[in-house]
Amino acid sequence: MDSIGGTVKQPGSTRINKTGSWRTFKPILDKEKCIECDNCVLFCPEGCINKDYDIDYDYCKGCGICEVECPVKAIKMERE
Amino acid sequence: MVVKVISANNAVSHAAKLAKPQVIPVYPITPQTSISEYLAKFVADGDLDSEYIMVESEHSAISAAVGASGTGVRVFTATSSQGLALMHEILFAAAGLRNPIVMANANRSLAAPLSIWNDHQDSISQRDTGWMQIYVENGQEALDSILRCYRISEDKDVLLPSMVCLDGFILTHTVEPVDIPSQELVDSFLPEYQPQESFLDPENPRSLGTFTDPNYYMEARYQTEVAMEKSKKVIEKVNQEFSEIFGRDYSVVEQYRCEGAEIILIAMGSICSTIRDVVDDMRGRGEKVGLLKVRNYRPFPKKEIYEAVKNADRVAVLDKNISFGMGGALYTEIKANIDVESCGFIVGLGGRDITPEHIEDIVNKTRNPTKEITWIGLKEEV
Repeated sequence: MDSIGGTVKQPGSTRINKTGSWRTFKPILDKEKCIECDNCVLFCPEGCINKDYDIDYDYCKGCGICEVECPVKAIKMERE
Repeated sequence: MVVKVISANNAVSHAAKLAKPQVIPVYPITPQTSISEYLAKFVADGDLDSEYIMVESEHSAISAAVGASGTGVRVFTATSSQGLALMHEILFAAAGLRNPIVMANANRSLAAPLSIWNDHQDSISQRDTGWMQIYVENGQEALDSILRCYRISEDKDVLLPSMVCLDGFILTHTVEPVDIPSQELVDSFLPEYQPQESFLDPENPRSLGTFTDPNYYMEARYQTEVAMEKSKKVIEKVNQEFSEIFGRDYSVVEQYRCEGAEIILIAMGSICSTIRDVVDDMRGRGEKVGLLKVRNYRPFPKKEIYEAVKNADRVAVLDKNISFGMGGALYTEIKANIDVESCGFIVGLGGRDITPEHIEDIVNKTRNPTKEITWIGLKEEV
């Protein structure tokens, strides 16, 4: 540790901490079923789904909110 | 140099003024109150250029102190008893964030039962927070300790907060002559604060007080322990320099007539003055007794205590605190660290008077011990 008192010296360094490793269940989107309603984009608490509906697995913690909010059941949570 | 006849609380406020803290967040509590009043007056009169923050509780006082220290300025605060207990969680934060805050604590007992009188339970109960602790015997020592503590706390090898503990009422409200050094002399000993490492600097952005996962936490705690160990050398160096500039000697422990003593009494704070008188009386009668006054309680000066008492037959440790089910804190630590026969005595809780007769009684009981821990001055033993 090169800092004193747990100080973080590098701004924006939270990116280094890939929280995707916390995940037990992984959301899988079936783009054939997707109606592009944007519910998953809006409800994702981590901002891990972009406008093209690509899921950022580096930071997705696998909470499963997207699966619940998807009106056409296009997202399924699968065990890692 | 001006010698004034003032209370230890007044001496502490003069020390704080001489140290020129930029921020003073403070909440009044008996018997600390007059410290906060004197400082408020200094600021109001324009004698001290500080941001004096009137907070709504001691929890806020120490929180504001941590926040201010995090911006890289010198901070002073003061409290007592229930106030110190209310600060508890933030005391860990101050030490963990490595804020070199200096705080005066007017030692007072803790409720229940509610009492405003003196013992050491409040500060002893905070011994594991990572703060350095000094116990003082008089107003002069209180003033000098505040100045020394800023130098020790702000040293780049230390960066830990300091607590200067002075006995409530016995010192805080008793007037005695105190030499108030000139600002010039203090400035030569304690220059303007240069923040070292852990502070917010727009030129060098960083985050303080972040969440740490199990990969980092233990290292941070270890750093604090290393800093506490390193502080021992810094304390020695600062004491030496203080003595050269101000002509008053301070060491982590102080021996009084310990040479050739069969029984040595070990204590902290104002009670040492009473013990010194009794030691003189008893020495006059040919009884070989001595006093070892412990000034620095954290870091614990075990080497120095051992060196002072190793030739004594027995030591008597006087505690103005009680860790229920175990005994006094100083006693149990001496018992654990120092290979000498020792007896523990609980004295003066909640302001119970400690008389020279009590001290003689302690010496006699240590000479012929019947039990490990004895409560002195109880009206009745259950």
